[in-house]
Parts: sequence; C-alpha cells; structure tokens
Amino acid sequence: MTTVEAKPTRQLSYVAAVSEAFAQLMREDPDIFLAGEDVALGGSVFGVSRGLLKEFGPERVIDTPISESGIIGLGLGAAATGLRPIVDIMFMDFMGVCMDEIVNQVAKMKYMFGGKAKLPLTIHTMAGGGGSMAAQHSQSLEAWFCHVPGLKVVMPSGPYEAKGLMVAAVRDDNPVIVINNKVSLRMQADVPEELYEIELGRAHVVRPGTNFTIVAIGRMVPESLKAAEMLAADGLDVEVIDPRTLQPFDTATVVESVRKTHRALVAHEAVRFGGIGAEIAAQIQEEAFDYLDAPVGRVGAPFSPVPFSPPLEKEYIPDAGRVAAEVRRILGKQV
Amino acid sequence: MNVSTEALRDMHLRMVRIRTFEEEAGKLMESGRVPGSLHLYVGEEAVAAGVMAHLRDSDQITSTHRGHGHLVAKGGDFKQMYAELFGRSTGYCKGKGGSMHISDLDLGMLGANGIVGAGPPIAIGAAFSNQYRKTDNVTVCFFGDGASNEGTFHEAANMAAVFKLPVVFVCENNGFGEFTRQERHQAIQDVADRASGYGMPGVVVDGMDVMAVYEAAGEAIMRARRGGGPSLLECKTYRFYDHVGIRGLGVAYRDDSEVLEWRKRDPITMFERKLDEEGLLSAGEAAGIHETALAEVREAIAFAEASPFPDASALLEDVYTATD
Repeated sequence: MTTVEAKPTRQLSYVAAVSEAFAQLMREDPDIFLAGEDVALGGSVFGVSRGLLKEFGPERVIDTPISESGIIGLGLGAAATGLRPIVDIMFMDFMGVCMDEIVNQVAKMKYMFGGKAKLPLTIHTMAGGGGSMAAQHSQSLEAWFCHVPGLKVVMPSGPYEAKGLMVAAVRDDNPVIVINNKVSLRMQADVPEELYEIELGRAHVVRPGTNFTIVAIGRMVPESLKAAEMLAADGLDVEVIDPRTLQPFDTATVVESVRKTHRALVAHEAVRFGGIGAEIAAQIQEEAFDYLDAPVGRVGAPFSPVPFSPPLEKEYIPDAGRVAAEVRRILGKQV
Repeated sequence: MNVSTEALRDMHLRMVRIRTFEEEAGKLMESGRVPGSLHLYVGEEAVAAGVMAHLRDSDQITSTHRGHGHLVAKGGDFKQMYAELFGRSTGYCKGKGGSMHISDLDLGMLGANGIVGAGPPIAIGAAFSNQYRKTDNVTVCFFGDGASNEGTFHEAANMAAVFKLPVVFVCENNGFGEFTRQERHQAIQDVADRASGYGMPGVVVDGMDVMAVYEAAGEAIMRARRGGGPSLLECKTYRFYDHVGIRGLGVAYRDDSEVLEWRKRDPITMFERKLDEEGLLSAGEAAGIHETALAEVREAIAFAEASPFPDASALLEDVYTATD
C-alpha cells in the first residue's frame, strides 16, 4: 500500500475532520456502520458523528445501550461475518469494561482460527486530560493495546492526521484502535476535502532538525513543536517525529533520525512508567546505541491518577515547557 | 409435532457422531496423546443435535470451551477437528487454536471460546450482520449456566432484545459452573427466568430429550428467522464426565450416584429406545451407525497423527491480515 497524501485545501477542525472521514467512508462502502453510546441522535458527546444519523439513517448509525462489552462484541461479530464496523467507546477509560472483548476476542480471533478470520473492525475512542474530567475520563492507555498482538493502534496528532488515519484504519482489514484526543478536537489545520489515507505504520518527520530528536505522540506533537521553537532560541535544531501509528511502530524512521541527531526524547501524555515511551527508548538503544551521546529521555505524566482540580491537572499533563526542560536537562548532563 | 423419519434419524446421527468423537478424544487426552485439556460434551448431545437440526450453513453459532459437540453437529469435519486437537498444521486452525478455539467460519461456527461468557457479544454481532444485510439467517449462542452470571451475557441479551436481533440464546444448564453447583452460584433455578428481564421469551426444556429440544429450538429459531427477535432456551442437561477430560482433576464435587442417575437418562439411549419402539430405527441399525462413526473417528485420528506439526515459521503468521 502506498501513502496517498493529498494536497491541503482548507482549514478544518480535528472534530470535523473525524466526522468528515466517517461520512465519506460510509458513502463509499455500504458495509460500514457506526455504533456506540449516543453516536446517532446525540452525534457523540464529542461531536465526532454529528450529522451522520440524518444522512445515513438509524440502520447505519446506531445508538447502543451503555454496554461496552456488547458494543465491541457487536463490532466483532459483524466484522467476522463480512461487515466493516466502526464502534465507538466514548472515553478510553471505559475500555476496562470491555477489555476481554478487545484483548481476548478481537485481537486473537484471527490467529486462534489459523488465519481464517478477516476482522475489518475500527474501535474509535477519545483519550487525554485537560478538561477537569478527573481520573476516570482523562486517561491515555495506549500502551495497554500496543502490548497485544493482533491489534493496530493509531493516535492522530492533528486534524490532517485524524482524517487520514481514520480512513486508513477503517479500510484496513485488521482491528484498529483509533485514539483521538479530546483537547485537540478544537485544533484547526489544512485538511483535504477528498478521501485520503495516511499509511498505517509509517512515522512522519513533522519538523526536520539536526541536533535532537523528539518522538512525540498524539497531543504531544503540537507541544513538542512549540518546545522546538523555544529551543531554537537557544540555537538548538530539533527534529520532531510523529509516529502516527504506535502499533505497528515505525522504528526505522526514529532510528534514522537518532543516528543523525545523537540524542532523543520520547514525549507522551500517558503515565511515564510503563508507557509506550519505554518501548521506544528501548528500541532506540538497541538499534542506535553507538550513535547516542546521551541517555534517551522520556516525558510523561507522573505516577498518579489524573487529578480533577485545574491547577493540579495542569501540573500533571506534560506540555511544551516540560518537554523543553527535559531536552535541556539531557543536554546539560553531557560533558 | 410432525417430524419426518429422515429428520429423526439425522438428529440421532448427529448425537452419535458427537458421542463417538468425544469418547475417543477423552481417551486420547487421558493417555497424553493429545496435548492440553479437553472439555467433553458427553451427556449434552441432545442440545447440539436438537438445535443444529434447524440450522443452515449460513446460520451462525457461537460456542463455549465445551465446543466440540457444537462443531460436530454443525457439520464439522472429523479429520480437521482431530488434527486441531493434535496441534497439527492440517487442523481447522492450523494447530494454533486447539480444542478451545476450534472453529469453521464456512459453516458459520464462530469458534469455541476459552473465556466463559464470551460468546453472547459475538453472537449479537453476527445476528446484527444478518439483520443489516436483510438476510433471514439466524445466530445461535450456546452458553452455560455459569456464563449466565457474566456481565457479557446480560449486555448481549439486552442489546439483542432492544435491537430485535435474530439470535437464540441456548443455555446448556449442566448444573455446574466448573465445580460449583448451580444452587451455589445463582439464586434462581431456571436461567430462562432471566429472559423476562430483557423482554424476550424464555423456555425451559429437558435437555436430555432431543425431541423436546428440537421442538422448542424450532420455535425460537423460526421466530428469529421471521424477524420476531431473540429468545432464551434453557436446556437442563448434565455433564457425564468431569469439567476437564474424563476423570478430570479429581475434585470431589458430586457423587458417583448422581452421575449414574443422570446416565439412566442418557439422551442417545433414550432416543434409540423411542426410535426402535416406533419402528423408525432398529437396534441393529443404530449399532451400525455407531460402528460407522467409530470407523470415521479412527480414520480421522490416524490422519491427524500422520499429519505434520506446524513449522516454526508459522509462529508469526496469521497475526494480521494483509490489506489489499
């Protein structure tokens, strides 16, 4: 599969990019339906499916009971029998409720059946803090799913990625978990009007640089770009890489960058300990150890649940300042 | 109910094929010739046979950890089944699934399952698919009394009812969730009582009587096929062997006398007596059917044992589908 990245034509918000992807995909393929809690009449609490019920009707845009296991099962059974479902788990935090369906059923059915099942299932969910929604509505749990063979995991960083990755996810013949970010929903960017795909498993060098590599995930991409500007004032030329897909992970692009810059840091909103940054850092040291001039850094949330109170939450979620500070710390350690 | 002789003999054949498959499989497990654990369906044959007699290849079923009987009754191939139990590359799942994940999507058998209560959510997805495509295919979800305590069952039952999905939930109540007797794991006697909580019909039948199962299943399946929505059919049955294997783990959770009592109501013996009395199948004919099934099983076992194990290179295959 080749990447088809069309030319940008107009500004669109992240949320509109997601709903446009849904609508265009559903026009293209009658086997696609969308099911989840309040995705039809309510257009989803985040607005990602607004307008779809009117265009496609209740047969294809389906409000489900609040039953996360049932929702994933609905998608799995339908995918295994030839449809191409998109199912929505409103908040990523709710995935604990349907973890067996995702981890033991969706992820493993193909392998357990000796390859005979094709499961074109997209599981869409929303992650991230920043809205004072506290510990059960703010988490970034992507590492859980990257650990499970059989799943693909994408985390779009902006509107362009949100549309292109959704298209690729839905067209993929495997279960793909699309983790969008709540705070990013208002982000605006150039987004092509037509359907385009961003190839899964291919990282994107968002900002080329020569002195330092920041691998930034999801919402940390715009934050890291800001950090790169702050560091440019110090005379540092930072490269920012957006993996876009976390499983499968494009190690090659990251390693190529580190061989050039000799220093790297991974930034994600998820809790640092056991986060996907640990895996990425390990891959960098395995494949580029001789090129490294400093230990690989990691920026992530501290080891606590996400707090409610705005000042505490602000302290909790990494931002550009913290990314820049970590880069400076790593550089300062070098002699 | 008027049932043709052909249909009666067909159900008898399905039961005998399950019994023979399972008796031999159990011996293979206990002698260590097949790896891992098998959950045998012996004693419960009337349920699979009575239900499956109404299904077409295009109808789907979801199964349980005790799933061999469902696949045999749905028309599963003995050779591919045994090869899977032996972990060979010629098995249904190329040796990657084993007993607990045995499946045949071409026959609509969406897999045995190692997770209790995993079937119902998958079943409603398949049923949704039937409805979405405007077919009159039906999905049957087999589950046990133990699984009726899992949240997945309740979520799926509710969704099936509210979406009026063409699905039949068939509870194989064998009286035990693993080793825990029903009265110690739920405060009701009939799992079918739970149907009313979801707004669907719930029926209890004698799961040792294949005719009773056939009749009730026929009604529920026809209702689903005609767009009348889901039903819950509870079949009271009994596991003649242990939770795992024949002798099992040696847990003293039931008396031998209880097993003997149930064995007096062996679904195959009872049905053969009835068919013989009615002059539809003589004892001699029945014996011939058993012999034929045993010969097929032996041939399948020989095929399986002569088949190669999967090559190490197969380890990482089939994790993902290559998208065109």
